[in-house]
Amino acid sequence: MGNDTHPIKHTQKLKKERHTCERTAEMSATSPNLILFREDLAPNIHLLKVNAPVISEKIRAGQFAIVRVGEKGERIPLTFADWDEKEGSITLIFMQVGTSTHKLALMQPDDFITNLVGPLGKPTHIDKFGTVLCVGGGIGIAPITPIVRALKAVGNEVISIIGARGKELLFWENRLHNISDELIVCTDDGSYGRGVLVTEVLHELCSSGRQIDRVFTIGPAIMMKFCAEATRPFDIKTIASLNSIMVDGTGMCGCCRVSINNQTRFACVDGPEFDAHQVDWDELMSRQCTYVDEEKYSMLEWQNRRDKPV
Amino acid sequence: MVDLNREPMPRQDSKQRRQNFSEVALGYGDKQAFSEAKRCIQCPKQPCITGCPVGIDIPAFIDAMLKKDMPTAARILKNKNSLPAICGRVCPQESQCEAVCTLAKKGAPIAIGRLERYVADWERNNKPGIVNTDLPNLGGKGVAVVGSGPAGLTAAADLAKLGYRVTIFEGLHEPGGVLMYGIPEFRLPKEIVTSEVDYVVSLGVELRLDSLVGKLFTIDELLANGYDAVFLGTGAGLPMFLNIPGENLNGIYSANEFLTRINLMKAYRFPEYDTPVKIGKRVAVIGGGNVAMDSARCAIRLGSDEVYIVYRRSEQEMPARREEIENAMEEGIHFRFLTNPKLFIGNEKNWVMGMECLEMELGEPDTSGRRRPIVKPGTEFVMDVDELVVALGTTPNPLIASTTPDLETTKYGTLLANADTGRTVKDSVWAGGDVITGSDTVISAMGAGKRAAADIDGYLKTR
Repeated sequence: MGNDTHPIKHTQKLKKERHTCERTAEMSATSPNLILFREDLAPNIHLLKVNAPVISEKIRAGQFAIVRVGEKGERIPLTFADWDEKEGSITLIFMQVGTSTHKLALMQPDDFITNLVGPLGKPTHIDKFGTVLCVGGGIGIAPITPIVRALKAVGNEVISIIGARGKELLFWENRLHNISDELIVCTDDGSYGRGVLVTEVLHELCSSGRQIDRVFTIGPAIMMKFCAEATRPFDIKTIASLNSIMVDGTGMCGCCRVSINNQTRFACVDGPEFDAHQVDWDELMSRQCTYVDEEKYSMLEWQNRRDKPV
Repeated sequence: MVDLNREPMPRQDSKQRRQNFSEVALGYGDKQAFSEAKRCIQCPKQPCITGCPVGIDIPAFIDAMLKKDMPTAARILKNKNSLPAICGRVCPQESQCEAVCTLAKKGAPIAIGRLERYVADWERNNKPGIVNTDLPNLGGKGVAVVGSGPAGLTAAADLAKLGYRVTIFEGLHEPGGVLMYGIPEFRLPKEIVTSEVDYVVSLGVELRLDSLVGKLFTIDELLANGYDAVFLGTGAGLPMFLNIPGENLNGIYSANEFLTRINLMKAYRFPEYDTPVKIGKRVAVIGGGNVAMDSARCAIRLGSDEVYIVYRRSEQEMPARREEIENAMEEGIHFRFLTNPKLFIGNEKNWVMGMECLEMELGEPDTSGRRRPIVKPGTEFVMDVDELVVALGTTPNPLIASTTPDLETTKYGTLLANADTGRTVKDSVWAGGDVITGSDTVISAMGAGKRAAADIDGYLKTR
């Protein structure tokens, strides 16, 4: 495909050359998608801060981006972990799982993300609910953070519960500690904090008699499913951010369709957040597995191509 | 003596083309093109010009061809049509210019579409430099065009030629809209779309990809930030589903998803390209339009053993172009007419394994003028399939309407706009193409883009 001849992409290339000399504030304002900063938060979990002045002005908690690395890359959705309107930057956190996230993990400061579109999806409904529990599991710790901040900003009491398989996979504990009224940290293997699943903590809090007005949960589908089950008997409204497979992310393809109260909805435009008690979790989990074989094959082939001597 | 021997289009052999995504119709060679052009009798009535939704001076470009003045032939085309290489391939000429050709009465209309393609391809390969570099400048009045499909590209090109400062906002990472994500490579090579887009950009149009209007900017923000008018060419991108049990099983695609994976994301070259698509053994495509034909023909090329078109009416009512139905039949696609799915059956892992169908019969004509399909009770039967593509049509994406409170939509989700001028009920906002008509052809969207551009020009001149 003659994409390299595209005028816009030409300009980006030229700008990249200039950037290798010296980066000024003015220049970065005109170089969308330039990676400003990278941090490896945990094994296979990376943070990229990307120059995106226009997008950064528009984001609200709960919204996501679609990124694509390289002209042969896939479009992958990533919920914004942070953004800074003044600096004109957005922050994405992701886990290396398949080919696309491995490609993204190779990106370094001064590289450009080929495509970055957003903000997509509906923002989180933020209101003064009272006492709110925010549950972030695994990589879900990243997108729950802006929601905690937004809930806190309008005067909620926010209790954050974060969990990971083990201590080495935890990140942003301090950040969440600083913006929450209370923070409970769990690890599956007991290597840090409480050695229980986040859903167990959720259940304890719900049954403690304490007034809880709303729950937000982001993490693996199985975790969100059990969060929904934990709060259902107490009739506490629970909002989950669904991570179904997407292609365009703009409502065009229906790949991300989910059943909410037996109605088909598109996670990309009607969500990504839905009432967790109305989600058909088993359908979501089975649809998430659609390309398991292809993903393995793609990874193998990509590694083979990379390993070939040039 | 009138020559009634229409030059046939050379095509890839059907057995061979089942194995590849290369273009099926190969295009006329020089000899064929001139022999076809010579058949034009240059009749004084010129009905073909009025048959063309964008009003190309067809007799003049054919005449220029015969005089071997290819640059002039190309200029005549591009004067009215900024995307001739696309139209020469995907326009339904048989129901437009060629339908009204004087020779059509004798059963052998001039193959105008094929000649248009020939001239456009000549121009692309020879780059005679017909681009008008001396464009007028209208004092910086700006127009924002939303969407880079056929309507948006046409409106943008016409407005740029008139001297406006034009920016196209495209939500996807590639320009072209349905030309890029919808129509497969074997009908419309993407290289051609890119080169037509480059032409529009060469007119001074700014192209902003990855910019989803309705999310990144609202219409009002565009109007408040340097644009004096907005043209919405956002198409009909929302896929319709059947809303029957089992539709969310794994292995069931909307045609939009199936085709987007294959065309835009190049899943037919997976794993070289990262985006995968499932390749079923027995695939059923539900629907009878061009998109259904495209989906079925993609499936057979991906290597599926058996591919079925399942359509609830009969062959006569199929909305697809005759040529595409014939292509599909030649390529070994099976057709199940008067058949409608009732529900989808899944296996224990939630993958589709079958489809319960009902037989249909035709009743009285409905509002579309086609005979209404009626269920024959008790005729349920099961088709074994492991992949399904639902190609029932699309409606406009509600994103812009829902973020622009003063636009009005119809009950079909289309935007309310004047059919001749494209003016919406909102001041300074025009719309054209599928977003007001629902799924229609490339050329009718281009016609709408053209009419709206003219009306925008008239409006902005008075301000």
